[in-house]
Amino acid sequence: MAIILDHVSHVYGGDTTLSVKALNDINLVIPDGQFIGLIGHTGSGKSTLVQHLNGLLKATSGSIYFNGQDIDDKDYNRKELRSKVGLVFQYPEHQLFESDVFSDVCFGPKNLGLSKKETELRAYDALRKVGLPEECFYQSPFDLSGGQKRRVAIAGVLAMKPEVLILDEPTAGLDPKGREEILEQIVKLREESGITIILVSHSMEDVAEYVDRILVMNHGEVMYDDVPREVFKHYKELESVGLAAPQVTYIMHKLKAAGLGVDENATTISEACEEISKVLL
Amino acid sequence: MGIIKTDKLVFEYIRRDEDGNVEGINRAVDEVTLDIKQGDFIAVLGHNGSGKSTLAKHMNAILCPTEGTIWVDGRDTREEDEVWNIRQTAGMVFQNPDNQIIGQVVEEDVGFGPENMGVPTKEIWERVEESLKAVGMYEFRKYSPNKLSGGQKQRVSIAGVLAMHPKCIVLDEPTAMLDPNGRKDVIRAIRALNDVENVTVILITHYMEEIIHADKVFVMDEGKIAMQGTPKEIFSQVEALKALRLDVPQVTLLAYELQKKGIALPDSILSIEEFTKEVMHYYEQKGRKA
Repeated sequence: MAIILDHVSHVYGGDTTLSVKALNDINLVIPDGQFIGLIGHTGSGKSTLVQHLNGLLKATSGSIYFNGQDIDDKDYNRKELRSKVGLVFQYPEHQLFESDVFSDVCFGPKNLGLSKKETELRAYDALRKVGLPEECFYQSPFDLSGGQKRRVAIAGVLAMKPEVLILDEPTAGLDPKGREEILEQIVKLREESGITIILVSHSMEDVAEYVDRILVMNHGEVMYDDVPREVFKHYKELESVGLAAPQVTYIMHKLKAAGLGVDENATTISEACEEISKVLL
Repeated sequence: MGIIKTDKLVFEYIRRDEDGNVEGINRAVDEVTLDIKQGDFIAVLGHNGSGKSTLAKHMNAILCPTEGTIWVDGRDTREEDEVWNIRQTAGMVFQNPDNQIIGQVVEEDVGFGPENMGVPTKEIWERVEESLKAVGMYEFRKYSPNKLSGGQKQRVSIAGVLAMHPKCIVLDEPTAMLDPNGRKDVIRAIRALNDVENVTVILITHYMEEIIHADKVFVMDEGKIAMQGTPKEIFSQVEALKALRLDVPQVTLLAYELQKKGIALPDSILSIEEFTKEVMHYYEQKGRKA
């Protein structure tokens, strides 16, 4: 099953003079288990798009289907949709509120009406999945480090057992190691449970390294939709819309222009290393 | 003595329970001694919780040292009479632009600082104009800040500090919330301030690419200065940086990985131009041998 967006548009402030078209005729199919990177400059419509996927925003026109059902149907169960499509906002640690980590993660499943036992099992499982050490489970979330707090917040969403996990810049403000740890954990999570991941990011390097497919948003439209090496071929166009390519892309193009016979479309360090050493060794 | 000098600076966060008894002490800055020259571009690196922000907050007297001393332009920050002078000497820009902008219109926001200092009206307008021009935001002077992108707002915040004519500007992760273009524009504005206006810059960041032009880099760990040197010296120590939860720019890492495969490139290449030159050089040498 999958998420299908069929001619979805969204207009903010529809009947006023200040109306802004944030999404313009989006058509997308998001199959199960894919790891998608969503990029675009500030104000390109990324956040508006992801908020449609779990029904926080309603499309002004067009339809969205989740597992074959139209999510705007009158008798569609929105509450279930929100547990199936988990959304982790930017700086999610600002939403932690309970007195200890474990209760905070229990909050979601408890509200689904699950038994105490099931709730606690899910919370335990979610915290284990995000790699939080067990001695932190009963600490106040406010005593943890930035990266740890963020894991707790992600665990809170995971405990809902989502089929789709959307993360809005999960690594903003973390140190390089913290960034890598969170992303590795997401990769592992996907391998273990096969869930669909949508990663909203400003880091082209991270997107190039981890995702299967990139969606580039610009002015409320999908500008590119392809695998990373194809998308980053358009690095000049990406620059014109406020984005960039990973530094590796620029290096490879420069080498190619200098006359070195490398494949200029490598996007990650390991690919580039392979390519260059092929020529040099 | 430089613009900012510290002597065995210590800062402790003290946690207390409801009755005011001390529950725990966290030493965030631990005997830091440094001396920053007027006009330098200084970068401060360090993992989350290493003490960077706590140190930065001492530079304009938001925090006062628990032990040791910090002088800003020769003034001890513990002298209460000097606090306003210190804050005019060293301005600060934070991570989230939305928390720093108060004006309804861009030029009003930038004028807030000098107005509070009692600068005559005519001069306020001159300062607003020159500051906005310095960060490339003059054409937006009549805009409402909430119509601007993150990078633009951040540049307005910098202009707001600049309008107070500081000798030194401290930026605490100013690009963490920005998209690639916003990041580039902010860094370009900061470098211009340093090059053209000779303002001392202290930039705290997690993005290694942003600091390759710095005059000096301090790396913090557990409240102490763990490493210091030029970007070249710092980024030549790939493994040591990784152990401190940090990284090197992608181009430096790529050169390092190639070295490990036995390709003799020089240590700590920082720019794409340098990398291309060195790789081509190696390639030609090899061609000559064969």
